[in-house]
Amino acid sequence: MIEVYETQRAMRSMRRAAMQRGVVAILDVGSSKIACLVLRFDGSDVLGDGTAAMAGQAGFRVIGAATTRSRGVRFGEVETMAETERAIRTAVQAAQKMAGIRVDHVIACFSGGDPRSYGLVGEVDVAGSVVSEDDVSRVLSACDVPEIGQGRDVLHAQPVNFALDHRSGLSDPRGQMGSKLATDMHMLTADSACVQNLVHCVRRCDLELAGICSSAYASGHAALVEDEQELGAACIDMGGGATGVSIFIKKHMIYADSVRLGGDHVTGDISMGLQVPMSTAERIKTFYGGVVATGMDDREMIDIGGDTGDWEHDRRAVSRTELIGIMRPRVEEILEEVRVKLDAAGFEHLPSQQIVLTGGASQIPGLDGLASRILGQQVRLGRPMRVQGLPQAATGPGFASAVGLSLFAAHPQDEWWDFELPVDRYPARSLKRVVKWFKDNW
Amino acid sequence: MRKVRAGQKTAKADPAPSRWAYRFERLMLTPVFRKVLRVGLPFVATLLLGLAFFSDEQRRDAVVLGLADLRAEFEQRPEFMVKLMAIDGAGGEVAEDVREIVPLDFPLSSFDLDLERIRADVTGLEAVKAASVQVHSGGILQIDIVERQPVAVWRHYEGVELVDGEGVAFKALESRKARPDLPLLAGEGATDALPEALSLIGAAQPVAARLRGLARIGERRWDVVLTRGQKIMLPEERPVQALERVLALDAARDLLARDVAVVDMRLAGRPTLRISEEAVKQRRKARAIEVGTEQE
Repeated sequence: MIEVYETQRAMRSMRRAAMQRGVVAILDVGSSKIACLVLRFDGSDVLGDGTAAMAGQAGFRVIGAATTRSRGVRFGEVETMAETERAIRTAVQAAQKMAGIRVDHVIACFSGGDPRSYGLVGEVDVAGSVVSEDDVSRVLSACDVPEIGQGRDVLHAQPVNFALDHRSGLSDPRGQMGSKLATDMHMLTADSACVQNLVHCVRRCDLELAGICSSAYASGHAALVEDEQELGAACIDMGGGATGVSIFIKKHMIYADSVRLGGDHVTGDISMGLQVPMSTAERIKTFYGGVVATGMDDREMIDIGGDTGDWEHDRRAVSRTELIGIMRPRVEEILEEVRVKLDAAGFEHLPSQQIVLTGGASQIPGLDGLASRILGQQVRLGRPMRVQGLPQAATGPGFASAVGLSLFAAHPQDEWWDFELPVDRYPARSLKRVVKWFKDNW
Repeated sequence: MRKVRAGQKTAKADPAPSRWAYRFERLMLTPVFRKVLRVGLPFVATLLLGLAFFSDEQRRDAVVLGLADLRAEFEQRPEFMVKLMAIDGAGGEVAEDVREIVPLDFPLSSFDLDLERIRADVTGLEAVKAASVQVHSGGILQIDIVERQPVAVWRHYEGVELVDGEGVAFKALESRKARPDLPLLAGEGATDALPEALSLIGAAQPVAARLRGLARIGERRWDVVLTRGQKIMLPEERPVQALERVLALDAARDLLARDVAVVDMRLAGRPTLRISEEAVKQRRKARAIEVGTEQE
């Protein structure tokens, strides 16, 4: 765990350096597109008209935005390094050009890597009568780490809850009287190879990685409004190759998972079902797609075309009902899988069961009706929050994780590595230990 | 249908910048690099070119010469040429002196004229009270001179000079007779008390016909010298009043017409007369005659 701590701390200091320079890039590496936003931090948490910081949207401004088709990514994981690198280069260069400034630090997010959530519990006796920062560090270190398996990396480790003696639900126990401090921590791990591949791609573009994040977490930040995050809600980020699920309560993510199914599978079904190329299938899906067929749709014929030279083949047409008949089972399957994940997480026990659908694939007409049948009554379609300077083209639900990542960049949540390591966990003969001893004794 | 067909051609890879193009663009977006490119590079290039050009002695000289030529050509333009000098307010003699002291070869560029120096030179002449020097349009160097006006003739042991109202001796005379219209002052320091002398001359109007001049005695008081060697010695303090007393006495008793050598007014409380030797003898003789007749 020490290595995780060190690498994450290194990324944090990188992020701080980027904030000091005032420019940082956001990179959303998705299966269908790679989006890059360039943020400028002007240091003011107040908007021009005297409005105070609004849920973290103030304090930065998007000065460059670019997207490009993602080529080497499947299921949210890097599949072809060179292609991914080229795509990242394209996106970063275009965003830099729009911003007119060079960026060196990048915060990236990805949806693959089979994320797994763990709930950790730690408990220590408070050293003095009052909880100090050192006690918080100790209790975080005292969490018993479960077996996360070989070749997995910790992406997030956030203290969700603190309990002091019999009182639970504390967000900041420092300075309170008590004798026994306990904490609940949420840890998210991902496949280490996926993370390393992404890191390598970013490095090859001469960029420094200032943070890495799960896109389920980022889109939850962007798509859930404040009271949903507080009362409990699930964010379903339906991407191209993977669908992310994240559950929030009390403004903390308590669970995240992903389903390796997404909009690309729907396109694939259309392509196979109608015998058309993927690009035509994608076009037909976005223009005529849907999940609820009506009588009207029987009469709406869609030319699906082709350029074989065979007149009969090239003049084919299908009714929209047929198209919906192809799409619906796949969408249902995705939602069923999500349902399974939510059930596994115990979502039904949450006080509020709001479900927010976001991501590019959530734009299928009629999806909210279908989702409310499968997932529960409280379903809405979510778009990312508005942030300053975001171009109109980048305000759709497909940019939820990019926008969420910029909010995260501006106001990161406390993670385990944001706290000082307790003294006894330092490596032996550490200089810090000496300094600490001097501080404590003089 | 056409559109769809066009969209189907996907075998070609999407465009992406090459690594070097990407790096180059990032470099060009670096603010410091851009500044260096925009300011530093032209500066250094110009500097190097300039240094390379001027490192050759011959070219350096050529440039300096060219600049000098250009300057001369500009200065020699007809608009800036001064063709003649006009002197106003000076008599022939002074004008002659001025022409002598300002030796200029016309025509001449006005850039070569140091007007302030010419003015200083002209003002340095003693006969000139004030002067202004201007270059007028049409190429005329105009020198306006205010001459000193003589108010008295001053005789001292080096000669005879004219004195103006400020007490400045400015012109030597051959003799006093050259300016008989002006009063004569004599003695060292006479010009220092010139206003007093002028008021004395004014007060001596009743005897103007007999007035020879004023003499400064010991650089502190005046003697009024009249014809026949008569002298009125005046005190340091209030000499005009003392002179008026004497003139009043003259008007009443015809004092100065008599054979008096000196009227000594130096002590205001005790005016003294000195009569001439001849008069003393005459007086004794007269008295002896008187005494003799009484004795007989």
